[in-house]
Amino acid sequence: MVHLLSIENLTITPVNAPNRKLVNRVSFSIEPGKTTCVVGESGSGKSLTALSVMGLLSDQLNRASGKVEFQGRDLAKLSADEMRQIRGRQIGMIFQEPMTSLNPVLTIGYQIGEPLTVHLGLKGDALKAKVANLLEQVGIPPHRANSYPDELSGGQRQRVMIAMSIACQPAMLIADEPTTALDVTVQAQILSLLNDLKQTMNMGMLLITHDFGVVADVADHVVVMFRGDIVESGSVADVLGKPKHPYTKALLDCVPDAEGRKPLKPIDYAWLNDEKVS
Amino acid sequence: MGEFVLKARDLNKSYIQRSGRFGFGTTKVKALDNVSLDLKHGSTLAVVGESGSGKSTLARCLLQLQPLDSGSVLFQGRDLAELPAHELREQRRHLQMIFQDPFASLNPRMRVGEIVGEGLLIHRLGNQEEQRERVVQMLKRVGLSEADMLKYPHEFSGGQRQRIGIARALVLNPKVVVCDEPVSALDVSIQAQILLLLKELQQEMALSYIFISHDLRVVRHVADEIAVMYQGKIVERGAIDDIYRSPSQEYTQNLLKSIPGQRALALSN
Repeated sequence: MVHLLSIENLTITPVNAPNRKLVNRVSFSIEPGKTTCVVGESGSGKSLTALSVMGLLSDQLNRASGKVEFQGRDLAKLSADEMRQIRGRQIGMIFQEPMTSLNPVLTIGYQIGEPLTVHLGLKGDALKAKVANLLEQVGIPPHRANSYPDELSGGQRQRVMIAMSIACQPAMLIADEPTTALDVTVQAQILSLLNDLKQTMNMGMLLITHDFGVVADVADHVVVMFRGDIVESGSVADVLGKPKHPYTKALLDCVPDAEGRKPLKPIDYAWLNDEKVS
Repeated sequence: MGEFVLKARDLNKSYIQRSGRFGFGTTKVKALDNVSLDLKHGSTLAVVGESGSGKSTLARCLLQLQPLDSGSVLFQGRDLAELPAHELREQRRHLQMIFQDPFASLNPRMRVGEIVGEGLLIHRLGNQEEQRERVVQMLKRVGLSEADMLKYPHEFSGGQRQRIGIARALVLNPKVVVCDEPVSALDVSIQAQILLLLKELQQEMALSYIFISHDLRVVRHVADEIAVMYQGKIVERGAIDDIYRSPSQEYTQNLLKSIPGQRALALSN
């Protein structure tokens, strides 16, 4: 079976320290219309995995091994030109910081329209109509197309980012902590917006987060990463409901629950190092 | 002295914001609008709200780090605004703050020992030997070591820096500590460590906390009472269990409904 995206044995190392594995033999796949959440703490390698899919790793890092296939095509074998065709057209990406990811001197209408012009050749009135349509889809009044990013709130800017990333109706969306910088009520709106889009467009989604609450609300499939390794993966009900790996259990134990029923338990890393299984 | 260590009455504070073309116009933004609250001895009062609700302004105004337009803050029955400058300075050792961003709130050019010990120096508490002793003791209590005294903040991780911030605030044996989003910049595992540390220290040192946060899951675990802020006003306050079980205001209901992870409950039950 051909997956929408499949990552096999992905290993990432720093160029000058080839033995230090920042991402170690990571494998998972993404299906159309489903959300896969990658969870982990800072430094677990979750963002690097996403950047590597997009071919956006920094020069200091090296993809030592592994294969990333998108719709059956090996992304490493594509030319820079072909990769550009996929980026933004087939795979959309949303970054964490809505405050810094937009260009401050261009109107949001221009920025949303840019991928449409580049990838689909839209111009003039057709372009304008499509931009207005996209703004409406993410819940921003279309007349705001002429606004600059600084005239919008954080939540609105994140919506603009979403509008940009889905402009060309990509088959897959990568969202790296899309709601971390936002207030809870805005976060809830953005998550339900992403869920709607996933369903109406049958989009596969790779969502990177450190928040188990978010995972519980949107994920179909969960991948838990710890220091570069996948320690556990499975359906959201299995991983959150019946965690098997001690790290997953420990990580779930330090998430405060809204009921305040269970005591907080910090992770005992010393113990984990002994237990760590690959 | 009564049951309350800190009382705030009808606090008002507004900012002038430039607006209109080229910022020639001005509009008044009410950051605090008749805010009153009471902090019980040894308890934690959480102030929750979204960005722009005025919660950080409240924190700064309570500690007299920012002047109020009107209203009074009573610490152990005395109005802080009416104290002469030197007495206010003396009282400050009882009123401390733990900041949100452990990367921005520690002076990068000072050693940890100097950062933590500075308060003792300013308030002239003990001689040099005693001060050093107290700093070491405090660092050990928050999980750092004596050797860390000579290091600089950049040598520590986010969680460790927050421990330094806590040591700095508590070395003076304060009575009231205002924690302004103390764990929002930390990973969830580190967050749990810091929350537990704050709780232990509260019991050992009989501290009263004002805990400012936007994270309703965290607040549920640390607070005894809660005040919900919206557009500069406290829209609802009460015991934590009551508010979470049956919020009376629509805004609070909305906030509680937005907490992520509602599906997780269904899974874990």
